[in-house]
Amino acid sequence: MTYTQLALTMTLVAILFDLYGTRSKIVTRKSFWNAYGIMLFFQLITNWWLTSRGILTYADDAITGMRIAAAPVEDLFFGFAMITMTISLWIYWGKKGVQRN
Amino acid sequence: MLGFTVVGSFWLEFIFKVGVLRRLKRVALSILPVAVIFLIWDYYAVASGHWFFDEKQVVGIYGPAGVPLEEFLFFIIVPLAALMTIEAVRAVKKHWKFGDEQ
Repeated sequence: MTYTQLALTMTLVAILFDLYGTRSKIVTRKSFWNAYGIMLFFQLITNWWLTSRGILTYADDAITGMRIAAAPVEDLFFGFAMITMTISLWIYWGKKGVQRN
Repeated sequence: MLGFTVVGSFWLEFIFKVGVLRRLKRVALSILPVAVIFLIWDYYAVASGHWFFDEKQVVGIYGPAGVPLEEFLFFIIVPLAALMTIEAVRAVKKHWKFGDEQ
């Protein structure tokens, strides 16, 4: 699979994981989207840094070529999937009573 | 970049007293399963040539499958910053729902 296909697949997996796996349903809450907005801002800065300095380079045939802040748009889906799954699990464990406070 | 993420987010731990770092068990249970999935993805992407790391700009310590040390840290530090961010939002917006309320 290309990076584009994987990024979109994992984004879908992350959303389904949140809704039906952990059932935290963070993707339906403004608290999550508020936090995501903050993280997206910082992701654009770090993406730009990593890509524009050539720390990371991407194969042209693995991506669509659409770029935001120097980095492939796929990176935003990668980041979204990772963050959504992590916070969804965090909320899941909190609901289960694991270190609530 | 990792330093920037630490500086940009870890102050939330102290200013808002979000208490993420002292809940290590919950942190590990939330971060590690996801980190494993994304490390497999990372390994696959490097093996398939989707992306490359500049050998001159990493410290040069490599883990299994040739994944640089920085990449392992990435999958710990970035999710940690995410947890601090959501908890900081909770600290500021106490009346909002997060899904783990009793």
